Amino acid sequence: MALLKFDAGKCNLCGICINKCPFGALSMEAEGIDVNEKCKMCGVCVKTCPEKAIRFEQKAGSVDKSEWNDILVYGEQTDGKIHPVVFELIGEAQKLAKVNNYNVKAVLTGGRGTKENAEELLNYGVSHVYVYEHENFTGFKADCYADAAADCIATVKPSVVLIGATPLGRSLAPRLATRFHTGLTADCTKLEMKENTDLVQIRPAFGGNIMAQIVISNSRPQFATVRYKVMDTAKKAENPKGQVIMCNVTEDLVKSKITVSEIKKIIKNKSIEEEEVLVAAGRGVKSEKDVEMVRELAELLGGQLAFTRPMVEAGFGDTAHQIGLSGRTVKPKLIITVGVSGAIQFTACMNSAECIVAINNDPDAQIFGVAHYCIVDDLYKIVPELIENIKKGGI
Amino acid sequence: MNIVVCIKQVPATSQVEIDPESGTLKRMGAESKTNPYDLFGIETALRIKEKLGGTVTAVTMGPPQSEEMMKDAFSMGVDRAVILSDKKFAGSDVLATSYTISQGISAIGGADIIICGKQTTDGDTAQIGPAIAEHLHLPHAAWVSEIVSIDNEKISVRQNLSDLTQISEMSYPCLITVDKDIVVPRLPSYKLMKTTKDKKAEFLSFEDMPDKDLSRYGLVGSPTVVERIFPPDKMEEQVYIKGNAAEKAKAFYEILTAKKFV
Repeated sequence: MALLKFDAGKCNLCGICINKCPFGALSMEAEGIDVNEKCKMCGVCVKTCPEKAIRFEQKAGSVDKSEWNDILVYGEQTDGKIHPVVFELIGEAQKLAKVNNYNVKAVLTGGRGTKENAEELLNYGVSHVYVYEHENFTGFKADCYADAAADCIATVKPSVVLIGATPLGRSLAPRLATRFHTGLTADCTKLEMKENTDLVQIRPAFGGNIMAQIVISNSRPQFATVRYKVMDTAKKAENPKGQVIMCNVTEDLVKSKITVSEIKKIIKNKSIEEEEVLVAAGRGVKSEKDVEMVRELAELLGGQLAFTRPMVEAGFGDTAHQIGLSGRTVKPKLIITVGVSGAIQFTACMNSAECIVAINNDPDAQIFGVAHYCIVDDLYKIVPELIENIKKGGI
Repeated sequence: MNIVVCIKQVPATSQVEIDPESGTLKRMGAESKTNPYDLFGIETALRIKEKLGGTVTAVTMGPPQSEEMMKDAFSMGVDRAVILSDKKFAGSDVLATSYTISQGISAIGGADIIICGKQTTDGDTAQIGPAIAEHLHLPHAAWVSEIVSIDNEKISVRQNLSDLTQISEMSYPCLITVDKDIVVPRLPSYKLMKTTKDKKAEFLSFEDMPDKDLSRYGLVGSPTVVERIFPPDKMEEQVYIKGNAAEKAKAFYEILTAKKFV
């Protein structure tokens, strides 16, 4: 069965589809255009054919969408607390819910203290929080956590299930989507709700080099995992009216083939290549004490301090923290360069960072050639002010 | 020990470009390689075999060209290679892909332990491993950073979760997805390359799958639809932050807040 159908009556053998195919899967043969095994069903040919002679063998709709309503957020807990991504999921869910007048609900699975955490979510305007609390839910066990969440999903019948794209969420979500024979989009960075209740999901692929827009139009629920620190955190509701529902946890439900023996906090020891936030100190930073000031800024931002080559040669840091051709190449989400002139050997190894900020008192410094945000001023004035702002929370 | 390692052939570069006219991917080079994260899976599998004995079978779903990748797998020490290849599998999303692989693993007699890399460099989803486990009703541990202990009865692994690590123990059969840095993958050996020169990968098609319900495979079995692809927004223009030092610091702080860095 070939899933790509060519309408011989319409096709005029113009060959545009052969040229446009990204995979080289089409060729002109004696009997017309042939599809070979390289075809990835990407649909480029279907879209580009000027004669509309190519189509997919479509599948029939299988689910009654009107039976699936509301948005369910998975309330991940880490170290006995609600993971901050959950508040962002609730914030996003509330925006999406407005389109079709949905409620935002949440489900929590965990050991002792889960109910208390569930109550906290009510302050953010969640209508129902379903709680599966049991001693055996202490520690993440993918199989029985999925059983509990599936139990909730089968009862609530949500149109959309949002899960944090955390290690736990990305381990749990595929099990759930598979169980409901439905679609799951990983690591979404943007979501939009259509009036027909289809969720438009946008995610990066190929290491962030392209974005893909995905829909799940014939199945429910629609599963999406969402990256942490992408969506806006929910605001506290003025008069919360939601309720916590303690769900029946049977011995069967907590049965797991996984035994968790030791749970430890991670002591972070990331290399600068893995870091999302970097602050780089250059020769404008004069003394050990000044380096510590810059380090404080890096730590307040949850990142690491890195150095230019002259700084490493002067003994302020080691080569593992050096950015440049003779050091490391970095691609963080944010890099703030402090007193860095911006020699090509340095900039070549950091210019693909998503957001580059340069602080330097020399307006002609080369670093301003690559920076997105330029602060031409004395670093000894800017950095302490900035630290002060962060500590006070901007007040 | 019957060890299955799931691997995938990916484009050699992730530097893909989009045709601004048609909004589609520009033709990609024919160059491809083994998904780098899968090498950690292969190495983990080989070390388990070296310790406990058994066989390592590499399984992939993809076009017939995946045979090239299997040559490298043989040169690393993989015993058997299975390629699930059929036009009917084209257009598969996570659900259909994981189902096809789980069916393929069943078709070759199952496994005591299934090992996957943490994700691929093209799709980046990190979902196939746990989804295979669900199809086969197996327990799984994802993001494994260390095998704490292993014997013929059970495996104990350290897995990374946001701010925590936990040690999880499972009996066989089970599935793990391994993080990079769990082990250093060996290079293909020249000697093995010579001795396995004539070794062939086995091809399985739709006809070999235990479940022959066509609606579970390929495009038809895939609930997700890619509507369009487009290039990501890039920060193009440059902003000079103005004012005195205090004002600049304040303005910059507000940018950091808006971008959720604080």
